[in-house]
Amino acid sequence: MDVVVGKNLTKYYKKFKALDSANFEIKEGECFGFLGPNGAGKTTIMGMIYGFITLSEGEIKIFGIKIDEKTLPKLKRRIGVIPQDNNLDPDLNVLENLIVYARYFDISKNEAIRRAKELLKFVKLEEWSKINVRKLSGGMQRKLIFARGLINDPDIIILDEPTTGLDPRSRRQIWDKIEVLKHSGKTLILTTHYMEEAEKLCDRLAIMDKGKILIIDTPQNLSIKFGGNLEHVYLNMTEG
Amino acid sequence: MDFKRAFRVWQRNATVYKKLYRSSLTLNFFEPMLYLIALGYGLGGFIKEINGMTYIEFIAPGIIMSSAMFAACYECTYGTYVRMVYQKTFDAILATPITFNELILGELLWGATKSLIYGTVIILVISLFGLVKSSYVVFLIPLILMCGLIFASLSLIATAIVPGIDSFNYFYTLILTPLFLFSGIFFPLEDMPEIVIKLSQANPLMHLVNISRAFCYGKIPYSFIYDLIVIVIYLFVLAPFPFILLKKRYVL
Repeated sequence: MDVVVGKNLTKYYKKFKALDSANFEIKEGECFGFLGPNGAGKTTIMGMIYGFITLSEGEIKIFGIKIDEKTLPKLKRRIGVIPQDNNLDPDLNVLENLIVYARYFDISKNEAIRRAKELLKFVKLEEWSKINVRKLSGGMQRKLIFARGLINDPDIIILDEPTTGLDPRSRRQIWDKIEVLKHSGKTLILTTHYMEEAEKLCDRLAIMDKGKILIIDTPQNLSIKFGGNLEHVYLNMTEG
Repeated sequence: MDFKRAFRVWQRNATVYKKLYRSSLTLNFFEPMLYLIALGYGLGGFIKEINGMTYIEFIAPGIIMSSAMFAACYECTYGTYVRMVYQKTFDAILATPITFNELILGELLWGATKSLIYGTVIILVISLFGLVKSSYVVFLIPLILMCGLIFASLSLIATAIVPGIDSFNYFYTLILTPLFLFSGIFFPLEDMPEIVIKLSQANPLMHLVNISRAFCYGKIPYSFIYDLIVIVIYLFVLAPFPFILLKKRYVL
């Protein structure tokens, strides 16, 4: 079953066409990646899926329901967003950040505490729960954002450049967590500009450049079709 | 629009405030006290009386409203701007089931709540000074809330249109300070030139101060109905603009 379908997605910022009739179908339980250089339109698609950016043309269906102002709040209960920016609450500690976020989903306090503790264990931050988030390192903040995106036990998880700017060790830890989510049957949507990340994690990939989806296929097929490794495909298809 | 979800936004701000209130409550409370003491006792020593009141009695009810006004304004200018631009709290919230209008309603109600907190604290303090003579003063609580909603709306409009955080100086210097000084808090406006009297009719703070003074001393003239009508009109006329203008600024 297709859980997310984008049809003819187009976005103009004033006259600039940031996204040009993008079409894609994301299947239940797969990890679907949008790979492309900065400014390719990846984040615009992500923003459209969680209703943050309006569509100039086209439509998005999630679980078969067209997203609009009315359907969005309900659909978002089933979506977890792990943004690329750090937007934690700097005045709150680690645990409070999760609990405040859980409230937006109407999760009761006891349940929120239970889930928060479980998630902190999952990302190995349980010993930091009373620490103000300002005191965490960049990698730890990213792990907390990761945990926060899972607080509503989402069916679809959006990961917007989940490892950009991380040191190799933290990156590997985040990758391991993404693997765990994959095996739990969640649908993952990921953007990245790292070939290695796309190849390692994604079942299928959309390669993007200048607001267009150039091709959608599995990483293996892409390598076979164009010869060489994925990096070779990417560098040939996208202009520097 | 779902009020419960707007309440979640309010709750988030309340949670953060609960952690930080000790420093901000004393600071916000210090300024009105300075006015009350410096002007009430200092300047008051040179002024015999105004409309049968000592000078400090004359200004105290107005200070309740101006404190409430500034509390909502600080919250919904600097506070909201930091949440929207620097901390990206808006981004975080909008990734959840909360919609943009619910987010703004939450901000608006939180701004009004700050008015309620600071206005009430000032009432308590001036009661300790013996400056509250009537139990009608409890009716000021809903009035403070209306004051909060009006100035929270006005401030959110400013937040929607400023190019950067420094531009709030214009809002404070060119709008709020004149409203504050020409609100009848510090001197009766009746003796001012015709033009000042006419302009002050458009000042919502003046109407709030009129009612506040009447209720603090239990002498309530019929003209209070007129003041109340003007306040309610301001409330409803301003209310849609924060939603429209912030959406225009924020949603791509």
